Amino acid sequence: MGMDSDIKLIDENGLRLDGRKFDELREIKIEAGVLQRADGSAYLTWGENKVMAAVYGPRELHPRHAQNPSKAVVQARYNMAAFSVSDRKRPGPDRRSVEISKLISEALEEIVFVEQFPRAAVDVFIEVLEASAGTRCAALTAASVALADAGIPMSDMIASCAAGKIDGHVVLDLGQKEDNFGEADVPLAIVPRTDKVTLLQMDGDLTTEEFDKAMELAVGACKEIYEIQRDALKRRYSTSLEGYEDFEEDE
Amino acid sequence: MKEIISKITKEYLYRLIKDGKRIDSRDMYEHRELKIQSNWIGAAEGSARVKLGDTDVVVGIKMDVGEPFPDTPDKGVVITSAELIPMASPNYESGPPREDATELARVVDRGIREGNVVDATKLCIEEGEKVWLIFIDMHILDFDGNLFDACGIGAMSALMNTMVPAEKFDLGEDYPLPIDHVVVPTTFSKIRDQILLDARLEEERISDTRLTVSTNENGNIVAMQKGLSGVFSYDEIRECIKKSKEIGEELRGRLANTSEEKI
Repeated sequence: MGMDSDIKLIDENGLRLDGRKFDELREIKIEAGVLQRADGSAYLTWGENKVMAAVYGPRELHPRHAQNPSKAVVQARYNMAAFSVSDRKRPGPDRRSVEISKLISEALEEIVFVEQFPRAAVDVFIEVLEASAGTRCAALTAASVALADAGIPMSDMIASCAAGKIDGHVVLDLGQKEDNFGEADVPLAIVPRTDKVTLLQMDGDLTTEEFDKAMELAVGACKEIYEIQRDALKRRYSTSLEGYEDFEEDE
Repeated sequence: MKEIISKITKEYLYRLIKDGKRIDSRDMYEHRELKIQSNWIGAAEGSARVKLGDTDVVVGIKMDVGEPFPDTPDKGVVITSAELIPMASPNYESGPPREDATELARVVDRGIREGNVVDATKLCIEEGEKVWLIFIDMHILDFDGNLFDACGIGAMSALMNTMVPAEKFDLGEDYPLPIDHVVVPTTFSKIRDQILLDARLEEERISDTRLTVSTNENGNIVAMQKGLSGVFSYDEIRECIKKSKEIGEELRGRLANTSEEKI
């Protein structure tokens, strides 16, 4: 945030650098069950972002002292490939990815029925193969689909999206340049069925009104993303469950 | 954790091998289906995603400007690393590269370095001061055996579509990385007395020994690596080299045109 520049992020027609409107998402595509070895997996593209998520478990947790006798531990590992960004990233965890891994683990623990698997681990591995702003939201969104694909008992999926402020306007889903030169960024994640927030961060400078607007935009987008997540799962499993559509509109 | 295999699968594989058959009914010297999608990662200078059967790897190239090694002041530097990330197999753990990741990176590196794929003197910007650094990073997404060939092919393909980011360093316009030789590895596994190409995971688990031969377009051998504890006879080694040239030729044909392929 807040790098000074003369870059204009919004043109005279009220469109953003990539031609999007204020409340428009980048294109998001999700495919479930893309890896063979993992118990569950998902591949997500979100604009230029490419994110792969894999789930292993529930399985025995090592080291044993990390086990929780009353529930499973959800361990997410967010990792960026060395070639995913413009200046090569040194492989391995840095402070940023350790923090993101922690937040994602905590968010996911909220939806997984962890009490069903005492002492076990549910491992979620997220690889950012190409990064272009908004990777933590992309990672959490992909991880939720991978968990569902792995058949992990859970109450819902988590959908995540960021809103922010550029050139004085509150907008949805910041792109790379908007992230670098914008005034604020608010990544947010919700549990769509209960309308509760499981992840919220913010950096920059917003008034209360602006924050309300940003949250409203992000929540709306999360619900859109939730449909894309559900659709990915349906496409993955509809061949083996022909006629499934007839039963699912019960809610 | 070591890769384990059930006794019944093991015996089944041995029985098949004895009858000259493989678990997926391939010929002994036949690769699994190979898919290459080059230029997959926009943020990288060059990249390729390679699927060899169910083995799935991504190779990305990043370039930077740095200092040469004091003993080779007029040569660029190639740095190869492999990450066996825990996504790819229940037996991989996070953390610094272990033995097998290091061997993998070094075998791929040797093929590219010794095969003079990129003439290192062409990577010199200012002798003794500034040279190009090429980082080859290999990311394993799904592990179903034979990472050597998948990564070697991926690294070669990625280098072949690498654009040198000269503009970023005020060194003129971007230009394609000059490629002098096309080197591809072929990896043979030996199970009891049978030699086979491109072992999948079950086959790799019961392999006694392994030989990787990297060849260039002139049919010359540029790098070799024998791994695991078993042994080869002289004739077996000669046979592997002979096959490696034939198969290498075929693979080079594939590498010449990959940008259209989609995975």
